[in-house]
Amino acid sequence: MEDALFIHRLHFAFTITFHYLFPQLTMGLAPLIVVLKTIAIRKNDERFNEAARFWTKIFGIDFVLGVVTGIPMEFQFGTNWAQFSKLTGGVIGQPLVMEGVFSFFLESAFLGLFLFGEKRLSKWGHWWAAFMVFVGSWMSGYFIIVTDAWMQHPVAFTRGADGSFQVNSFIGVLTNPWALLQYAHNMSGAVITGSFVMAAVGAFYLLNRRHEEHGRIFLRVGVIAGLIFSILQVFPTGDLHGRYMAKHQPATTAAMEALWKTQAGAPMVIIGQPDVENQRIDNPLVVNNLLSFLIYGTTAGEVRGLNEFPRENWPTNIPLLYFSYHIMVGLGTLFIAVMSVSAFLLWRRKLYESRWLLWIVMLCLPFPYIANTAGWMTAEIGRQPWLVYNLMRTSEGFSRNVSAGNGIFTLLGFMGLYTLLAILFLFLVYREIDHGPGSAIAALGRTASKLTGSEV
Amino acid sequence: METVWFILVALMLTGYVVLDGFDLGAGIIHLLVAKTNDERRLVIRAIGPVWDGNEVWLLAAGGTLFFAFPPVYASSFSGFYLPLNIVLWLLVLRAIGIEMRAHMDNQVWCDFFDGLFAIGSILLTIFFGAALGNVVRGVPLSKDGVSFAPLWTDFRVGPQPGVLDWYTILSGVVAFVALALHGAHYVALKTEGDLNARTRNLAKMLWPILAALTLLSLFATMYVRPGVMDNYRNHPVSLLVPILVVGSLGLIFTSLKRGDDFKAFLGSSTYLATMLVGAAFALYPTLLPSSSNPSLDLTIHNSAAGQYALQGGITWWTAGMAVAIGYFVLVYWLFRGKVSIETGEHGY
Repeated sequence: MEDALFIHRLHFAFTITFHYLFPQLTMGLAPLIVVLKTIAIRKNDERFNEAARFWTKIFGIDFVLGVVTGIPMEFQFGTNWAQFSKLTGGVIGQPLVMEGVFSFFLESAFLGLFLFGEKRLSKWGHWWAAFMVFVGSWMSGYFIIVTDAWMQHPVAFTRGADGSFQVNSFIGVLTNPWALLQYAHNMSGAVITGSFVMAAVGAFYLLNRRHEEHGRIFLRVGVIAGLIFSILQVFPTGDLHGRYMAKHQPATTAAMEALWKTQAGAPMVIIGQPDVENQRIDNPLVVNNLLSFLIYGTTAGEVRGLNEFPRENWPTNIPLLYFSYHIMVGLGTLFIAVMSVSAFLLWRRKLYESRWLLWIVMLCLPFPYIANTAGWMTAEIGRQPWLVYNLMRTSEGFSRNVSAGNGIFTLLGFMGLYTLLAILFLFLVYREIDHGPGSAIAALGRTASKLTGSEV
Repeated sequence: METVWFILVALMLTGYVVLDGFDLGAGIIHLLVAKTNDERRLVIRAIGPVWDGNEVWLLAAGGTLFFAFPPVYASSFSGFYLPLNIVLWLLVLRAIGIEMRAHMDNQVWCDFFDGLFAIGSILLTIFFGAALGNVVRGVPLSKDGVSFAPLWTDFRVGPQPGVLDWYTILSGVVAFVALALHGAHYVALKTEGDLNARTRNLAKMLWPILAALTLLSLFATMYVRPGVMDNYRNHPVSLLVPILVVGSLGLIFTSLKRGDDFKAFLGSSTYLATMLVGAAFALYPTLLPSSSNPSLDLTIHNSAAGQYALQGGITWWTAGMAVAIGYFVLVYWLFRGKVSIETGEHGY
């Protein structure tokens, strides 16, 4: 049975991690596309329309991948986590069906109009379609966060005689404070992915000396949005979320920081490898008092260490949790640094010529994906050993009727299928980037002018 | 209140089959009726702007089942672990087939994705039919409402059946033919010329097969599950359902003769809806019957969520679905009429 539990956890972890690579970009790009379209209409500038059209194509490919990898997620609650679904369906069935009824229908209806309806609709009509796709994708995110937040911080329920959870306030579930904090932090993370990708493609064009006009637009929008949301990611969203977590999941906070002993003026480890057996950190680099200060706003605050909690309630993989958290925080800091310097040079009108910085911006492309993944790993590994925090253990939730062998079979199937999808995605997106924004005729014109050396 | 949610789940599934049914059907007949690259693009264009929304009905139906009857969702999804995962893979491949085809102007590329679309659609309809067959026949439920069905055992309908036995395979074939016909009517409705003519001819060939299979599956169901007629005997007014099934088959027949694609499509929609409503009515109040012992059946009484959830859910669920139906009307109206190859805005 231990084996089956491990396989079911790996099954969910693999499929959800791969899935979330796509929605974070769609949710991040959607508001940026709305911004591009707004500027295009307000300034009556066709270049912004071309920029919006280019990102709409990337959005379309990304959206398809998000949909096809998302459908298995909704089924997996039932297939691999039947005990959990049976007992908690009375609560989390609500946000999950709400996602279908309120956001999926909306998205599917307006996506077609958004992707293919530009000629059929007026310019404001098409702006509206883009806006509705933005609203739909962000609503969808909210319902998923509500579901996860309920598992992290269960509210608004009663227990039945059979141990089942039943909702006793719809509004209570939807306004779970944990959900509001997590949503703000998560959506800001998605916009960071969107803006870094946009800025990176802009940098790529400028470094390549192709599509330079559009490249500058991408950089400008990407850097401004990237700076705003990199800061929001830490303060206030990350800060508030961290404090709320320290209050309600103290064992998780202690494990994230690898803090063994309860202490006032607790230090924060910047680098170092936790050694759980010997309760120490190897090769540490610490800042004294910082952890107490971050949680309580005073260096005298007392932070509870892991030793205060029974060992069976410790998160099951402390080193992985510790590293996920530190990678997230480290990259978050890097984002602010890169975007601050870029924004400063943009303001001084030197960004487009600063090739060293363009290289850095371009090479930062994978980091928001890693940071978002690490953030989610922090949340979910940190919740262990609970499925519903403090109430239902992960070991009680999986489908007892599905053996490890069947689990491995479908896990391998998903791994093979998703490898194919990943290759397809990279191939198609690279083709779009290579083709570049602007109409095909304009592109031909540019090629012609390059060949003949004349202006067209 | 449980009964209301039973009806809503049944309606969602019916909506799914009628709507996604025609784009699945289009996939089944795709390679058969569309010969040239342009014709294949036309078939994809006919379903392009709507198929994704149609598929949302499946997700919403699954979500509604999860919300209203968690133990049924848990038991059936984990019990049908293997077939459901295969269905998921097919859904992924089919979606990729539809959406990725137009990204390259290259014969091998297009053929590959056309193949994915067709194979995905064909196998999905058979699996969906078999799934319904399983629900009607019953599954090996244990005392705590847990089951695990192997893909097949000895293909016989016994107390320990596999997911595929002769009865469920028959259901799969019925679904396959019914949706192929439904899809043919939709493609005929949306196209002109040769493609339209070929599709109509195919529909004329499919009709007698479907009529025969419908009759066969009725007898098979009465043999496999003798209790299936109880609800009908107790409520004679429900005999309207089989009358409507026969009537819709008649409507398809006469419309095919007169070349009225719209009425034929209406006929196949009615056929699918009444077949499903009929099955749901026969099952009520059971949601997932046991193949060995009726006292182990999962019914609306022993597996509903709490009263607060069910009562409050009616309000927001109905409001949400009303808006969703509004979107559907808007999208179908905007993309109404025959599809053509000229307009370049389509993307398919």
